[in-house]
Amino acid sequence: MSSWLDYTINGLIVGNVYALVAVGLALIFGVSRLINFAQGSIYLVGAYIGWVAVVQLHTPLPLTIIVVAVAAAIVGLIIERFGLRPLQNSVRIAPLLATIGISFVLDQLVMLTFSPNPRALPSQLPDVRFQVGGGTIGPLDLLIAGVGLTSALLLFVFLRYSKLGWAVRAASQDRDAAMQMGVDVNRVNQAVFGIAAALGGVSGMLVGMYYNQIDTAMSLQATLKGVVAEVVGGAGNVPGAVIGSLLLGLVESYGVAVFGTSYRNLFAFLLLVVVLVLRPNGLFASARQAPPEPLTGTFIAPSRPVRIPRWALAVAAAGFAVLPLFPVSFYVLQTLINAWLLGMLALSLTLVAGTIGQVSLGHAALLAIGAYTSALLSLTFNVPVGLAIIGGGLMCAALGTLLISPSFRLRGHYVSIATLAIGEIVSLVILNWESVTRGPIGISGIPPLSLFGTDLISPTSIYWFSFAVMVVLALLQGRLLTSHLGRSFRAIRDDDVAARAYGLSLNRYKSLAFIFGGFAAGISGGIAAHLYSYINHETFNTQQSILALTVVILGGLGNVVGAILGAVALVGLPEVFRIAAEYRILIYGIVLLLLVRFRPQGLLGTM
Amino acid sequence: MAEQLNSMLSLRGLTRRFGGLTAVNAIDLDLAKGELVSIIGPNGAGKTTLFNLVTGLDRPDAGTVHFEGQDITGLSPERLAAEGIARTFQLGRVFGNLSVMDNVLIGAHTRLRAVKPAVPVIGPLLELGLALLRPASVKAEEERLREEVKIILARFGERLLPRIDQPAYSLSYANRRRVEIARALALKPRLLLLDEPTAGMNPTETAEMQALVAELKAEGLTILLIEHKLEMVMRLSDRVIVMDEGKKIAEGSGEQVRSDPKVIEAYLGHGLSGSSEQESAA
Ligand SMILES: Nc1ncnc2c1ncn2[C@@H]1O[C@H](COP(=O)(O)OP(=O)(O)OP(=O)(O)O)[C@@H](O)[C@H]1O
Ligand SMILES: [Mg+2]
Repeated sequence: MSSWLDYTINGLIVGNVYALVAVGLALIFGVSRLINFAQGSIYLVGAYIGWVAVVQLHTPLPLTIIVVAVAAAIVGLIIERFGLRPLQNSVRIAPLLATIGISFVLDQLVMLTFSPNPRALPSQLPDVRFQVGGGTIGPLDLLIAGVGLTSALLLFVFLRYSKLGWAVRAASQDRDAAMQMGVDVNRVNQAVFGIAAALGGVSGMLVGMYYNQIDTAMSLQATLKGVVAEVVGGAGNVPGAVIGSLLLGLVESYGVAVFGTSYRNLFAFLLLVVVLVLRPNGLFASARQAPPEPLTGTFIAPSRPVRIPRWALAVAAAGFAVLPLFPVSFYVLQTLINAWLLGMLALSLTLVAGTIGQVSLGHAALLAIGAYTSALLSLTFNVPVGLAIIGGGLMCAALGTLLISPSFRLRGHYVSIATLAIGEIVSLVILNWESVTRGPIGISGIPPLSLFGTDLISPTSIYWFSFAVMVVLALLQGRLLTSHLGRSFRAIRDDDVAARAYGLSLNRYKSLAFIFGGFAAGISGGIAAHLYSYINHETFNTQQSILALTVVILGGLGNVVGAILGAVALVGLPEVFRIAAEYRILIYGIVLLLLVRFRPQGLLGTM
Repeated sequence: MAEQLNSMLSLRGLTRRFGGLTAVNAIDLDLAKGELVSIIGPNGAGKTTLFNLVTGLDRPDAGTVHFEGQDITGLSPERLAAEGIARTFQLGRVFGNLSVMDNVLIGAHTRLRAVKPAVPVIGPLLELGLALLRPASVKAEEERLREEVKIILARFGERLLPRIDQPAYSLSYANRRRVEIARALALKPRLLLLDEPTAGMNPTETAEMQALVAELKAEGLTILLIEHKLEMVMRLSDRVIVMDEGKKIAEGSGEQVRSDPKVIEAYLGHGLSGSSEQESAA
């Protein structure tokens, strides 16, 4: 039994590590109003560079730290120069999507270079512990505290006394005014990205040493924790980020002490959601102040959608419907079944992210809710599979909307953070709520798809079933878009202030969009559960959320036909070119980046 | 109190502070049915903030707003829209990706039958059902509103009608302002708040807009107007209110206000400013 003092020390040390990530996020948010979703990837890169330095080059510790800081800073500068600077004049959604894409590309590159298996990262410090009061403290704790304090001091001196530091502060107070006074915004951005990356990289290395283990899953966790700490402290507020980090470290550490390790992340994300809802400007700012997000300005790129004539769509649908009558291989059908399932998810996301402008990064959680509901209904209550899947859709519409509703008050990047966190919460609840979800063991022996008592086993019948369901969902969504609701959703996306002034309640219409979209996603998850016959808390993960987002951007935000076209393209093309599975995610990330840069309206245009 | 009963809108001691700055400072104002009152004042006087307080986009730190005798202080903008308060925005807030038709139809949103049931959960689900099933009554209502939108757009001559299916982002600045006003009219407002409707317009366009506002006034609409172009203010207003640094510094007919030394000082002190340079910067 460790003492409370130990938990406190642990909390502060971990908080210190979070602070290194969160301060970088706060600096970047301060000057460019951007939440850098790639921050965790830089942290991951830092950890692996540290591993190369320690294990392969045998550098001494001080040199390791410098190598990691410099290398990570270079990565940060590259991201700023080639990933974000070209987007300076684009719509607000563009840099958000770009950092998501960059994060994916970096994570995959690390995974391809070093393999996904965890590695040990020795700390090069003697393994002793000193007695302090009722607890103990080791040299690594002191190192982390030392690095944290030194960085804070250096940052303070930089911001306070250097010319560039003054420019950073000026730009974060009022970017336009600073520009008029001759502040070079590019230099400021370089500075904050370089600093943020150096701090993030060192932080990743320290964490690796602290747990003596590094793996590629660290990236997303770090981004999430950093964002939680930053938002708790008040977005863009550097000292706030430090306090938020220490608070988060302590909350987690005490939470673990009381409830056990598997609850660690749950506390972090619950803290985030509570803060976002109750104090969206952070603990230290007045909640009455308008959020630091511009009130006007377009969130998505204006474009004229490509109108495909109805007969052409009907011909295409008929073509796909009769496809299994021709001698096509099992492999082709299997690929298209995957495309139809992804298409349903993309229909859902294109409504939520495209039509009403809530860029959800937690959409895979909706699949999970649909899948678990349908699996449990058919297994535990012997509900016929067809009905169970509809039950999954309805449960997902209701529960998904309820869970996501705290994010309805938020805008822009905050929605993405909140949905990401809510997605993680769902996955953690599935993992921990063993009496219902069977916890880490997952659910096996899920009955196969069946309709009116006949099992759908042959690939042809599964193909027809999933295609038909997707077409029905697409037709319904098309009908929705031409109704007054379609117009209302799009109005809220384009300008929620003006929409409210004309009587559109954001809660009401965001709920309706999530109810409709949640149903489609839940159906997709339900069908998947019966196809896979086994699911667990990792079956539906963030990668799928990002894949769905890429599909949606590829097809054109809000575009129903585009969502299906995007799904077929992203599932089909890698098969056509026989790209190895481990490169696919990398390619999805690159596709997302290229789209954001060169064709933000997607193939068929924003609706 | 008697005064309040007769008036359409009455503000008492309305105050809004931003940190150390009091943007709106203890404003009293009464607006009778059918009256057109203009609010003028130098840049930063607090005019737009006052509009935000009346329309629920911002909440006052002190004071009350009564609309037709009912206390509406701090109600949400969507509630106030349903009560019949419509406004336009100084910097123009059309829905860029929506067509002109759809923009104006949003103005009629509060009048749709499908949105009427305010029952939680069931109301929205009914609305979803009606949108998907679209029974004859819903279709007919939509058709009727579309016709009505065309009539509203015809008020702007040939400016908007030929562009009815174009997305709003493709319109000229002046046309976007017109779309905003059309959207406000589609609400069938009982009180209309116009925030610098002629900002960024040339003299011909300004004259057109002035004629339109005069027409609306003649039809009996109650209007609160923020405007920098004093000539237009003098022509249209039943009464003029002058604000400076959040306070009401003068009130009366155009002539009275124009010769008020306090007003002259406020304008000279800050430099007499039309807002057009500021518009183009924004
Ligand atoms: N959300 C806000 N936060 C902080 N200060 C604000 C906010 N909104 C307005 N202000 C300040 O309140 C004061 C009044 O602003 P307001 O926009 O109401 O002026 P105005 O009379 O409409 O000016 P203009 O003629 O330029 O439109 C200004 O000093 C402005 O900077
Ligand atoms: Mg104004």
